[in-house]
Amino acid sequence: MWKWLHPYAEPQRAYRLAGKFVPWLSVIAILMLLTGTIWGMVFSPTDYQQGDSYRIIFVHVPAASMSMMAYVSMAIAAFIGLVWQLKMADWMAASIAPVGAVITFIALVTGSTWGKPMWGTWWVWDARLTSELVLLFLYLGVISLYASFEDKVLAARAAGILSIVGVINIPIIKYSVDWWNSLHQSSIKMTGKTAMPPDMLIPLVINILGFGVMIAALSLIRFRSEVLARNGMRPWVRELALAQGAK
Amino acid sequence: MQAQFHSLADFFHMGGYGFYVWLSYGVAYASLAILIGVTLTRKGRVLKEIAAKAKREERLAQHRSAKE
Repeated sequence: MWKWLHPYAEPQRAYRLAGKFVPWLSVIAILMLLTGTIWGMVFSPTDYQQGDSYRIIFVHVPAASMSMMAYVSMAIAAFIGLVWQLKMADWMAASIAPVGAVITFIALVTGSTWGKPMWGTWWVWDARLTSELVLLFLYLGVISLYASFEDKVLAARAAGILSIVGVINIPIIKYSVDWWNSLHQSSIKMTGKTAMPPDMLIPLVINILGFGVMIAALSLIRFRSEVLARNGMRPWVRELALAQGAK
Repeated sequence: MQAQFHSLADFFHMGGYGFYVWLSYGVAYASLAILIGVTLTRKGRVLKEIAAKAKREERLAQHRSAKE
């Protein structure tokens, strides 16, 4: 495995490989998000209890679930970076963090604007909402730790340890609605009597996957810039920079 | 599949929840737009910085060799 993996651990190769994926992922993400959002906003039936306010679900649930997925991916990358001293993994973790932070912010804001008409309040300090807010702070902590060291190897180690420790928050978010009494509704049922009807579920799943692909695309674009920033002394990056500067 | 709204005004009204629905989508897409903008322009900023540094070092090297 290492023989096969080794060439990709070379910054220039990783940079090129990521560049090959970005256009595909971007197109797939845009198509999925357009399909899911238009379907959900226009064609999905109105909810019998919540009326049309429930349509916030098509951005809230994808953002919330993918904010956790992005965090786990970031922590895995940080773990690989810490254990195998793979700089590329550290750069990947650093690239995911800002994307995850914005997605978490979206989950919080859309939840808030959904809570106001349905619960009568923008915010309550209950388990689900508070743990998701902690997730935002974890992301911000990782971003600021990584930014606050000039030596990026040290920075990645500090940020990596924080992101790995922070994984404990993920099951707390996920199961908070089962463990504690909450204003927040429980997880969506895919099967059974109270299952979500396909007309709502399919566009929701499309948007969840679309958010995931979008996060991957944005993280890879950031990863490419990160590779350049960390390899500024290498001849191939200098050539690229001077060619760009000449334009 | 059938459109759930009879008119565009109906669509924007969102059964009375228009303010909340469009506020949440507005904030979500505005923050995504900022994230995408910053992400796409970062490569250019990084390369510009590296090019400036490379040129500065080149000038320094020339200056040094001129002195000798």
